[in-house]
Amino acid sequence: MSTLLISIITLGVLALLFAVILAAADAKLRVEVDPKIEEIDTILPQANCGACGYPGCKNYATAIVEKGEEINKCSVGGQPVTDLIAKIMGVESAATTKVVARVHCRGTEEAAKRKGYYEGIETCRAAALVSSGDKLCDWGCLGYGDCERSCPFDAITMMPDGLPFIDEEKCTGCGICVEECPKDILELHPIDENVMIFCRSQDPPKQSRAVCKNACIACNICVRKCPTGALTMENNLVYVVAPEKFTEECYGGIDKCPTGAINFVHPEKVVRTDKQENDKA
Amino acid sequence: MNKKTFPKGVHPPDKKELSKEFKIEFFPPGKTVVIPLHQHTGAPAEPLVKKKDRVLKGQKIGEAKGFISANIHSPVSGTVKSVEPHVTPLGKNVLSVIIENDGEDELFPEIKPLKDDPFSYSPEEVRNAVREAGIVGLGGAAFPTSVKLSPPKEYPVDTVILNGAECEPYLTTDYRLMLEKTDEIIAGAEILKETVGASKIYIGVEDNKEDVINLYEEKLKGRSDFEVAPLKTKYPQGGEKMLIKAILGREVPTGGLPFHVGVLVQNVGTTYAVYETLKTGMPLIERVLTVTGEGVKEPKNLQVRVGTMFKDIIEYAGGYVGKPGKLIMGGPMMGISQWTDVVPVLKATSGILVIPEEELPKKKEYNCIGCNSCVEHCPMNLVPTRIVVLSKNERFEDAKSWGLMDCIECGTCSYVCPANIPLVHWIRFGKSGYIKLRKKSEK
Repeated sequence: MSTLLISIITLGVLALLFAVILAAADAKLRVEVDPKIEEIDTILPQANCGACGYPGCKNYATAIVEKGEEINKCSVGGQPVTDLIAKIMGVESAATTKVVARVHCRGTEEAAKRKGYYEGIETCRAAALVSSGDKLCDWGCLGYGDCERSCPFDAITMMPDGLPFIDEEKCTGCGICVEECPKDILELHPIDENVMIFCRSQDPPKQSRAVCKNACIACNICVRKCPTGALTMENNLVYVVAPEKFTEECYGGIDKCPTGAINFVHPEKVVRTDKQENDKA
Repeated sequence: MNKKTFPKGVHPPDKKELSKEFKIEFFPPGKTVVIPLHQHTGAPAEPLVKKKDRVLKGQKIGEAKGFISANIHSPVSGTVKSVEPHVTPLGKNVLSVIIENDGEDELFPEIKPLKDDPFSYSPEEVRNAVREAGIVGLGGAAFPTSVKLSPPKEYPVDTVILNGAECEPYLTTDYRLMLEKTDEIIAGAEILKETVGASKIYIGVEDNKEDVINLYEEKLKGRSDFEVAPLKTKYPQGGEKMLIKAILGREVPTGGLPFHVGVLVQNVGTTYAVYETLKTGMPLIERVLTVTGEGVKEPKNLQVRVGTMFKDIIEYAGGYVGKPGKLIMGGPMMGISQWTDVVPVLKATSGILVIPEEELPKKKEYNCIGCNSCVEHCPMNLVPTRIVVLSKNERFEDAKSWGLMDCIECGTCSYVCPANIPLVHWIRFGKSGYIKLRKKSEK
């Protein structure tokens, strides 16, 4: 019996002692954290993807409260999160445009030839170290799926044709795949941007045509067909410089493109007026 | 004979007997030559000519851009067909000047030596002449020689080592050069010595080239400032860090260069090129290379112009034997595998090696069995297996602390690995990952 008593008393006294120490430490060493940081942090998606430019959600929340960082930088959370942050911060909500990663290459296994067979480590970055990749085109997708493996949101799937497919519903525009790609063929675009150049090759037309059926061959037709100045030609490649200017007048360029290097991302979303349809016919 | 060497390393079969007996032949340049403007370590050169220009032999067609870069010269006379990207043995398409050769070899009138006597040049004049002539290290790495000849003042260079080890199997380029151009190499070495202000010269030669060792010992009899250093035949004896360790016992610090321990290492081919430039004023437009391997009919040592196509050279050597399995620029250990033979010879092409398909090892990769072979053989005293595991898991910072960036990519570990793990490829993967990480954190 006495053994039991002794242990209860000893442990009880110890517990009391530690409680007092902890209480004193709490009073003395307390760090005042703005409760807003905690609140914003709970709203943020906790993906810790770094799309906002900060190492994690907590750091972004701190930056909003302490440094007055803009509130619309979380592309993962999108508009709802921005609205909630605005409510907490007591400021007006800002518009968040959803961006998604898109692949600037259509060099499928069928269209783009390979140099030979590659027997090394099966990642794009390792393959790019050997003779700058096994695709004949120096600019094209190697197809070993580094982007698929790097995506934290499971939005990228390598398709049987050798190119990655990006699910724009799931893609949050965090930009991890963009950094991961050794060939720099992924790029972030606002989701409502519909026209894109599916090629990155700056080789002379003769060469790019020889190595890939779907390459931009710098024929300049699309630029000539577009009077609004949405497109420019530079280093043997077309660039969409002002997507908002790519109006119906320019659609003829897409129809006439001999290789399909310039195209709509979602052709089904394009509305053409009757006039254009007639022209086409 | 007191033979020197470094710890660790491997002994691959040297196969030099295939081509070692053949004297250096001159191989005339083909109808079209392709001169890539980036064949050296550093920044690419800028083109100075355009389509339809007439160029003469020795005329500068590419201007060095920045300190670490090299001039490019036309190896033939003729008309510029185009300036466009062309595939090179290094794999990537590089902006190249494609010249239609008129076969007349008309010399550019400005080509003459600055002084009649190559020994009367001042160190500054040597550096300028070497830079102007676009000379790069001909051993394989193609590092601009003028940069090597200008070590910082706080590191005085006391020793020049001529690298005649030629430890890569198959290649006999330096061997033939040392036999046939003995006096020129000795003279070139003395000019290099004066240029960097050193007091002693060694020429390191592996003991599988005994006739070379005997020849130089004969020539240098009674000299105390110029000695032959016979080396044990072992790979990678020709790596500059291994060479310094073997001959002088000095160790180049991590991330350091030979001048940090007061040494200048030059390949014998480069030494010969420096001497020739000072004597004739001719820039670097040709080099000696070995075309060899079981996959070519008649292995040869050839003196070829830069820009000659591999295909023409292989045809001259009797063509392929059977189906070529692998075409390699350089030696089998560190050379670069090619996917086509329509690539030009670069300044740093020390050899063209063809291995027939049936001789190619069919290797299946297994898991690491922890046998320690790679650690026992690594000449840089690294732990390749550890670095590879860390690189595989993308722990590049940790891999760096295990010496990732000190790896010289000699291929010894991959050669000895019984599980056939592509260790060097993983290490290169790790290096590229670490460099990317560095760039990201600098941003």
